[in-house]
Amino acid sequence: MSLTTAHSVVAPSANAKLIAGTIIVAYALISIVPLLWIFATSFKTPPDSIAYPPKVVFQPSIEGYCNLFTTRTRQTPEYINSLGPATGFCDETVRKRNMVIAGPSNFLPRFVNSLIIAFGSTFCAVFLGTLSAYGFSRFKVPLADDLLFFILSTRMMPPIAVAIPIYLMYRELGLSDTALGMILLYTAVNVSLAVWLLKGFIDEIPREYEEAAMIDGYTRLQAFWRTVLPQATTGIAATAIFCLIFAWNEYAFAALLTSGTAQTAPPFIPTIIGEGGQDWPAVAAGTTIFLVPILVFTILLRKQLLRGITFGAVRK
Amino acid sequence: MLNRTADSVARATPEPLARKVRGISDKGLAWLFISPTILLLLAINIFPLFWAIYLSFTNYRANRPNEVVKNLGLANYRRILGDQDIWIAMQTTAHFVFWTILLQTLIGFTLAWLIDRKFRGHAFWTTIILVPMMLSPAVVGNFWRFLYEPQIGLFAYAISFVSGIPPTDIQMLSNVSLAPWSIIIVDTWMWTPYVMLICLAGLRSIPEYIYEAAEVDRASNWRQFWSITLPMALPFIMLAVLFRGIENFKMFDMVNLLTGGGPGSTTEVASITLKRQAFESWRTGYSSAFAIILFVAVFGLANIYVKALNKVKQR
Repeated sequence: MSLTTAHSVVAPSANAKLIAGTIIVAYALISIVPLLWIFATSFKTPPDSIAYPPKVVFQPSIEGYCNLFTTRTRQTPEYINSLGPATGFCDETVRKRNMVIAGPSNFLPRFVNSLIIAFGSTFCAVFLGTLSAYGFSRFKVPLADDLLFFILSTRMMPPIAVAIPIYLMYRELGLSDTALGMILLYTAVNVSLAVWLLKGFIDEIPREYEEAAMIDGYTRLQAFWRTVLPQATTGIAATAIFCLIFAWNEYAFAALLTSGTAQTAPPFIPTIIGEGGQDWPAVAAGTTIFLVPILVFTILLRKQLLRGITFGAVRK
Repeated sequence: MLNRTADSVARATPEPLARKVRGISDKGLAWLFISPTILLLLAINIFPLFWAIYLSFTNYRANRPNEVVKNLGLANYRRILGDQDIWIAMQTTAHFVFWTILLQTLIGFTLAWLIDRKFRGHAFWTTIILVPMMLSPAVVGNFWRFLYEPQIGLFAYAISFVSGIPPTDIQMLSNVSLAPWSIIIVDTWMWTPYVMLICLAGLRSIPEYIYEAAEVDRASNWRQFWSITLPMALPFIMLAVLFRGIENFKMFDMVNLLTGGGPGSTTEVASITLKRQAFESWRTGYSSAFAIILFVAVFGLANIYVKALNKVKQR
């Protein structure tokens, strides 16, 4: 702390800090409002959600979540009265609106599709990415720079442009609207991110560790497995989360290449409709469930965020 | 450079032992590790790209796979470059890219500069600000349709509360002159944190002693900002602009969900045109040609830009 005197010369004044802090807090609060509104709307009843002026204080209800997970049909009051007592809260709420639950909605299967495709493609991308990154990091690969740039350039194409030939190819191969097809596609898109990020992480691990291991009689492969991988764990985990977030959030490919069995949540959520238009509480409920995992990951990832979003170009 | 120690040890030991030390040759291992990725990219990216190039010279239509495919030569490309609608779409895209990048850079840099004042709790608020950019543009963009609803939407209500305009008149998505801005607003809301984060890294990369030296020389704060802060953060700002530029040039999901290109075609950016041509009109050959043109444009522009970026870095 001998530099404190020098440091204090440049440190912002207390006033400057106060003004900066106020503006930042104000921006943060305003920018978070749409997200809070999603969360609030998910606990509103449909009439409350479309009230004018917009309701900030309301009686919370889980009707949106009920509507998200079920499909309902309108029935006459006589018919509803003829039914037995309501089973559970959702049943009761729905009956108050002169409806009965007809069955489960497609939300759960779509959500499960999202999970399978996101985790499947992340696993593949990180697996391939780790191997390639190690290859590029430790060996003299001919045309390494060109290959790395080629890997990256695959991300510059507009997704729709990629989707046209993929659509035709998948139709020929019978991969249209299958989880396997989507996993392959997302792996291909994500592997560029994985290679670039992981090469950065592996470059930072000193070669001396492997060399020492190899002098001790390990083969190159064993040295990779026993010394490099354990040290790259943080990097691999961060990379995996970035791949996961991409695959989880992806919309364009999913909207164009899946329609039923393999459809993921992002193209499904906008299609949730109630009677007479979009069922906003149900949409908000689906959105909330969909966003929560990402929120958790973002907080876990704070420190690696910068690196991930710039393909490892900015490390700090 | 390659593990010289291990290599020399391996070379010095008798043959059987050397093999044990080396295992698979490094060259073999390198290819073993890299080739799966390359193969996957060849199958999922490069092969389809060549297929698209082939299709772009034909009149193929994906909804009529049994029709005879005619070779049209460069006719598709000629038609695209002469097509009024395509040029309008390119202008819409340019308008969108220009304004989003301008707003995001200005706001993002300002926020980063303010956060760099290091007030108490800045780390926490930075994390809060970063949240929107991690979320799915499609899912969140879809919800903005609700916020934009003329009467019941929170956005329209807030604007009318501040400005006094009746909330039913704030037709963000269906008014021809407002619709492009409705997309720019959501994009700016979502991606300003991205630019901010990169700018923040730039600001933090400036060594403290430069400011100390400037302070000793009695340079004013204003002067310090223009001669130290901005030039030294410039490569980072340019990097953020590059990433946002490429992303927004490709923009599809948010626009598709917010306006679908409408009203009319006022918000029809290139990706939406491409989708309409390829998956609604099923003009596969024609849209492939357009896709190739777009790809060449992004690739070319990005390359020129990266050269400029490297020049700035070297300065």
